[in-house]
Amino acid sequence: MNAVFARPRAMTEQKTHYCPGCTHGIIHRMVAEVIDELGIREDTVGVAPVGCAVFLYNYLDIDMQESAHGRAPAVATGIKRVLPDRIVFTYQGDGDLASIGTAEIIHAAARGENITTVFVNNAIYGMTGGQMAPTTLPGQFTSTSKAGRNTQSAGFPIRVSEMLATLEGATYISRVSVHNPAHVIRAKKALLKAFTVQKQGLGFSMVEVLSTCPTNWGLKPTEALAWLEEKMIPYYPLDEVKNRLEV
Amino acid sequence: MPRTVALIGTDAIAEAMRQINPDVVPAYPITPQTAIVETFAQMVGDGLVDTEMINAESEHSALSAAIGAAAAGARVMTATSAQGLALMWEMLYIASGMRLPIVMPNVNRALSAPINIHCDHSDSMGARDSGWIQLFSENAQEAYDNVLQAVLIAEDPNVLLPVMVLLDGFIISHAVERLDLLDDRTAKQFIGTLMPRDSLLDAENPPSWGVFDGLGGYYFEFKRAQAQAMINAAAAVRKVAGQYAEISGRHYDFFETYRLDDAELVIVAAGSAAGTIRSMIDDLRAEGLRIGMLKLRMFRPFPERDLVKALSHVKNVAVFDRSDTFAGEMGGPLFVELRAAFYEEEKRPQMLNFIYGLGGRDLSRNLIRQAVDSCKLAAGSNERQKRIIYLGIRD
Repeated sequence: MNAVFARPRAMTEQKTHYCPGCTHGIIHRMVAEVIDELGIREDTVGVAPVGCAVFLYNYLDIDMQESAHGRAPAVATGIKRVLPDRIVFTYQGDGDLASIGTAEIIHAAARGENITTVFVNNAIYGMTGGQMAPTTLPGQFTSTSKAGRNTQSAGFPIRVSEMLATLEGATYISRVSVHNPAHVIRAKKALLKAFTVQKQGLGFSMVEVLSTCPTNWGLKPTEALAWLEEKMIPYYPLDEVKNRLEV
Repeated sequence: MPRTVALIGTDAIAEAMRQINPDVVPAYPITPQTAIVETFAQMVGDGLVDTEMINAESEHSALSAAIGAAAAGARVMTATSAQGLALMWEMLYIASGMRLPIVMPNVNRALSAPINIHCDHSDSMGARDSGWIQLFSENAQEAYDNVLQAVLIAEDPNVLLPVMVLLDGFIISHAVERLDLLDDRTAKQFIGTLMPRDSLLDAENPPSWGVFDGLGGYYFEFKRAQAQAMINAAAAVRKVAGQYAEISGRHYDFFETYRLDDAELVIVAAGSAAGTIRSMIDDLRAEGLRIGMLKLRMFRPFPERDLVKALSHVKNVAVFDRSDTFAGEMGGPLFVELRAAFYEEEKRPQMLNFIYGLGGRDLSRNLIRQAVDSCKLAAGSNERQKRIIYLGIRD
């Protein structure tokens, strides 16, 4: 009998620590699949964030380093400069990348570091328990925006992909979603492109993946998928935001 | 009327903040401090306070915003833990150098690496020379009481320094305890109104804050004045404790002693460990050992003379440190400073250092007994003992 489905080689048998309905697991798996498909498992170094994905090193069977909160792109820069023939990527949430670590991601992209970033945007701080993030939607309820995000005092959510796309150093930036199978397939293709850009030495690449947080959104997993589609995508349009070299 | 309530430590802090009603609270969430900010955000949302709350993008920005607001003449609070405090490091010195009376609970948590979210004192001990007053708490009651007192200590005209109120991560922050809260009116009368000095709001006398001060300037004199303010802080801590005792019936000082008067062996510790040690003292006394405890509340300023006086009759001191200085066989910070305090004394107790509980490792009664056994062994020996013992370390 032919096996039609198997665990990617780059993925361990670690049981999930994520909440029911969280889409981190899908994204982890896609990263592992991309590593397998490009045949780079022995050459890949991942940099884990602080946030829900802090345990990424338990899931991926590759070399990994943990970074301080928000500093993953700077840590990845250090690794890549020493080991330029390795594939180096960061995996960061919106608390890590768009809040405390905004400077690092901007400057890694501005320098055109030949690294890849997987940016998981779920519009909230997940691990610390559902506080308002820079990506939280206007009016969205969180534990630190009890009356909904007030754009008068907290401003509007940051569209990181569009912001980074203005930088010359950024080669490939795409925003995808994982709220249904069709979009998961597209997301996988974007990740494959991003890692390929790095493999070809073409510069900074990032895929922003819109993701759910049913626990902190206070929604059932299915409702969370619908909320992502109905609320997040209008504000964060899915697009290949930048493809400088037409990869 | 005062209320007796059951609260987790972080909610006890939030209750104190509600009664203080600070003008501005900039904050960034970090485990285990997060619950303070969340509960306080609910209070802001419910209109229980008039506070302008700023959700900053990092602790560095949170304390920067606090510094800006305090210089503008506001009563300001924030809160943090571990990596957050480490990220604030640059701003800690600016807050104290600009003499801004900011009050900040720090929920003690181990510093990375490896990442660890549990309790030790390495975060606040790393900031011990940053010019902040530091007050330890044994439990939620003390954390609440310390926060209220911290406001008046910080704002004392002879002090004007920021205050860090320390409480052990999870052990205090996330455990439910019974505590007594002041009634709101008493608390508000105690806290009073901030009368800011040289504030940016004073349009008649416009000041500049934290300006460049070159080689020929007064930087040195500023720092000397800051050192004096920290010396003055001790008297302010005692004065405010006296005022607080009048309204609460709870008495605080630089430290608390337990069965110390006739003790030959004394354990010195700070934070939640004191509760476990106290219960162990009773058992060891019952076994005939003349043992006592000194629980340090005020680490900055370091109450050197009072400590020496309190321990002058003691033969053996076991100093419990929940952090290390990594200075090479010098021991933990409390040990280093207590030993230094005795330098000029003719009669010095034998001191052993027990480094315990790093990264949240539990301090069991059995470990305390082990430490006491080590001290007994040292007391009966003329050999130079190994001074630094990592209590409960796995081989």
